[in-house]
Amino acid sequence: MAQYQSHEYDVLVIGAGGAGLRAAIEAATVPGIKVGLICKSLLGKAHTVMAEGGIAAALGNTDERDNWKVHFSDTMRGGQYVNNWRMAELHAREAPARVLELEAWGALFDRTKDGRILQRNFGGHKYPRLAHVGDRTGLEMIRTLQDHGIHQGITVHMEYTVVSLLKDGDRIAGCLAYERERGYFHTFKCKALVVATGGIGRAYKITSNSWECTGDGHTLAYDAGAELIDMEFVQFHPTGMVWPPSVRGILVTEGVRGEGGILKNKEGRRFMFDDIPDNYKAQTADNEEEGWRYTQGDKAARRPPELLTRDHVARCIVREIKAGRGSPHGGVFLDIAWIKQRIKDGEAHIKKKLPSMYHQFIKLANVDITKEPMEVGPTTHYVMGGVRVDGDTQMSNVPGLFAAGECAAGINGANRLGGNSLSDLLVFGKRAGEHAAKFAQQNGAGGKIDEAQIESAAKRVLEPFDRHGSADGPYQIQHALQEMMQELVGIVRTEEEMSRALVGLDDLNKKADLVAVQGNREYNPGWHTALDLHNLLTVSEAVTRSALLRKESRGGHFRADFEKKSDEWSKKNIILKKSGDGSMQISTAPIPEMPPELKQIIEEMK
Amino acid sequence: MAMGTFKVWRGDREKGEFREYKTDVSEGMVVLDAVHQIQAESAIDLAARWNCKAGKCGSCSAEINGMPKLMCMTQIADLPPGETVTIEPMKAFPLIRDLVTDVSWNYAVKKTIKKFSPRKPDAPDGTWRMQQEDIERVQEFRKCIECFLCQDVCHVLRDHHQHAEFMGPRFFVYTAALDMQPLDTEERIEHLKGEGGIGFCNITKCCTKVCPEEIKITDNAIIPLKERVVDEFYDPIKKLFRVFGGRR
Ligand SMILES: Cc1cc2nc3c(=O)[nH]c(=O)nc-3n(C[C@H](O)[C@H](O)[C@H](O)COP(=O)(O)OP(=O)(O)OC[C@H]3O[C@@H](n4cnc5c(N)ncnc54)[C@H](O)[C@@H]3O)c2cc1C
Ligand code: SF4
Ligand code: SF4
Ligand code: FES
Repeated sequence: MAQYQSHEYDVLVIGAGGAGLRAAIEAATVPGIKVGLICKSLLGKAHTVMAEGGIAAALGNTDERDNWKVHFSDTMRGGQYVNNWRMAELHAREAPARVLELEAWGALFDRTKDGRILQRNFGGHKYPRLAHVGDRTGLEMIRTLQDHGIHQGITVHMEYTVVSLLKDGDRIAGCLAYERERGYFHTFKCKALVVATGGIGRAYKITSNSWECTGDGHTLAYDAGAELIDMEFVQFHPTGMVWPPSVRGILVTEGVRGEGGILKNKEGRRFMFDDIPDNYKAQTADNEEEGWRYTQGDKAARRPPELLTRDHVARCIVREIKAGRGSPHGGVFLDIAWIKQRIKDGEAHIKKKLPSMYHQFIKLANVDITKEPMEVGPTTHYVMGGVRVDGDTQMSNVPGLFAAGECAAGINGANRLGGNSLSDLLVFGKRAGEHAAKFAQQNGAGGKIDEAQIESAAKRVLEPFDRHGSADGPYQIQHALQEMMQELVGIVRTEEEMSRALVGLDDLNKKADLVAVQGNREYNPGWHTALDLHNLLTVSEAVTRSALLRKESRGGHFRADFEKKSDEWSKKNIILKKSGDGSMQISTAPIPEMPPELKQIIEEMK
Repeated sequence: MAMGTFKVWRGDREKGEFREYKTDVSEGMVVLDAVHQIQAESAIDLAARWNCKAGKCGSCSAEINGMPKLMCMTQIADLPPGETVTIEPMKAFPLIRDLVTDVSWNYAVKKTIKKFSPRKPDAPDGTWRMQQEDIERVQEFRKCIECFLCQDVCHVLRDHHQHAEFMGPRFFVYTAALDMQPLDTEERIEHLKGEGGIGFCNITKCCTKVCPEEIKITDNAIIPLKERVVDEFYDPIKKLFRVFGGRR
């Protein structure tokens, strides 16, 4: 058999976004634990770098009424109560400490007048809660973790792609990866493994996500026997760019609305006032004046309807567009320039608060956001679903296999609040690192590597080179999948369309099995794309099957054929698991009973 | 829709050549879109790095018509109309393939710079107090997306290949960001003068011109650092102080 270069660690982390870096740093603080970190891109380039608006943490700096209980109940309300309440609790309790820790590692957040970390308003958060740096918070976070992490004795393997997890019986034993630069294989042996591979946004045509977000960790874990949960819940962010075509989908941060930006249709109407859900009525402004005062920090004012949760705002925008009241290029208008009427030096203020939005629109759309409104529409943004983990330890049902960050699930329920991802990465990245290290210490020598597993994975990976031509190339299959998911399993779903999607997936799977690539193994993007297909197809099937089963509308999941929430579905989550014959097995699991203290918090905050 | 012509460098560590590709150019399209179209249509294995496609990650650095730029932020409409667009890899780093270069040297350099080390917390709850105006300059430096375009354009690296004795503008910005961080207590001036080789910089400002984040690398980072080096090393009283183990 072929000899591949091999590496051995106690804890191996796959993914160097916020979650992976935080996990690796934590594991490396444990004496005697050797930590490896693998990522597909260069260090510091992971998707986390793109996050804009901020990190949600109830520091209470900007509004002292804030505390973890309010954050917890906001998160549960936003997730429509199908969240893993234990994760929502830990997240709300621990986020402030995780943010302060970043400051101790060199992060420089924007400041309040008295010199503390400034917090901004965001959708679904009762009080200003997001620690931020202008609109480049993700960059600040990833750079802080990176610059701290490189001094912690972690071995980093950049531009390596993991293609398969290896097991010894039930437990995790390591993984197989290839080096993107040369195409060589490497085997990794480890005692505990953390997947922190981010999202699945590339399964859709219009997306804010980078090429890396192909659901690798979801699929690697699923193929290794881990359960996935909540996969029907995909977040479509209400405001992506819509014009010109080449930038369609690129994110326009919710921070624009947090700073006073308003949504209008082509008739100039602020349509968000027309539809305010009952469970948010008490917290939402009923006139424009009050909404404006809220964005300017008036504590007596309620938030404007532009800052309702993302699922709702996205659907309102779709409704306006479908009714023919959209903007010229099929979006609606988002106007921040209007605030110049209200504050002096408005132009400079906008540039200071939203520098990268200003830059992005001037450079890519030739629009000056201090003078004209932007055109925006929904874009695929985030997946609430992922690997099912234990709330405290982040371990999956596979012993030794942990998951953290966007590829793990639970905290967000049916809809994630903005800012809750970056805090999730920190809180559960740390917990995953800590418990993975503990697992490594407690479980002796680690599993054995099985050569047969390596050989079969390696064979699959190299097959595309052996085939001589295929009807569809990797890019064509990927594009067809993206079009189909956008069309049939997007923001508004029906049984009929999703059943067609399942047939389509079957067909695309067959094509993917025959795909051929040209060239050699050195930095070959055609080959890389071909290998991503299995992951994209797996997560697409998971989304579609779960969405078909959930016959109600909740959070990010909206069924035109079941528009209401159902009581029955409020009590369970959908679970997917790979069965012995390789098919996807679907089942439901009841949501565990919430302890009385937490119930009481939710009651009090209603 | 108009057709555009692109001359793209194709090659590996040993050899290479320009190859010409044609692809449709639509409104608002950036150079990275053209590269992706070419990959999908006619050169499936054309190697290029990218992530965010929004100027935020610094992955897609290349030389477009000879100018170091981000491919994702360069609109084709802003280049001379009707003319062939040339796309080449960065020159200051070894080529891996096509548009992808080996930038690992930068990661190694960063590791040699002493990490952030804060003073004791200001408040009993373990937090610090800083005024916005005191951190603005450092926030400017921290906008850096590590695209390494400034490294690419700097003649000390590009033409003179002094990678061993000169860390380049990116790491002057990095050092400046640490040095001017209000909480930091570490000393990095000696390293800057020695291994960092700041003396090799002759303030041509080429780095500032190409920075996509519009960081005033030379005026705001390099010149103040050079002044610190002069103060620290050539001021006789400070020098004496140093000999006796004192810090700033
Ligand atoms: C434009 C934008 C703005 C956002 N703004 C905010 C915000 O303001 N606040 C907020 O809370 N959230 C925000 N989000 C969401 C948030 O940024 C993401 O959910 C989060 O960054 C995901 O982090 P992660 O660590 O889970 O994964 P990522 O940052 O996606 O990192 C994944 C890592 O896994 C690696 N990887 C993947 N597959 C493999 C493989 N097969 N082999 C090896 N390595 C692999 C990748 O290389 C990468 O290093 C935003 C998202 C976008 C797109
Ligand atoms: S100013 Fe200095 S660092 Fe910048 S390009 Fe010129 S020589 Fe290089
Ligand atoms: S300083 Fe500017 S040019 Fe240099 S790496 Fe950073 S962002 Fe790029
Ligand atoms: S792709 Fe991120 S900067 Fe160009």
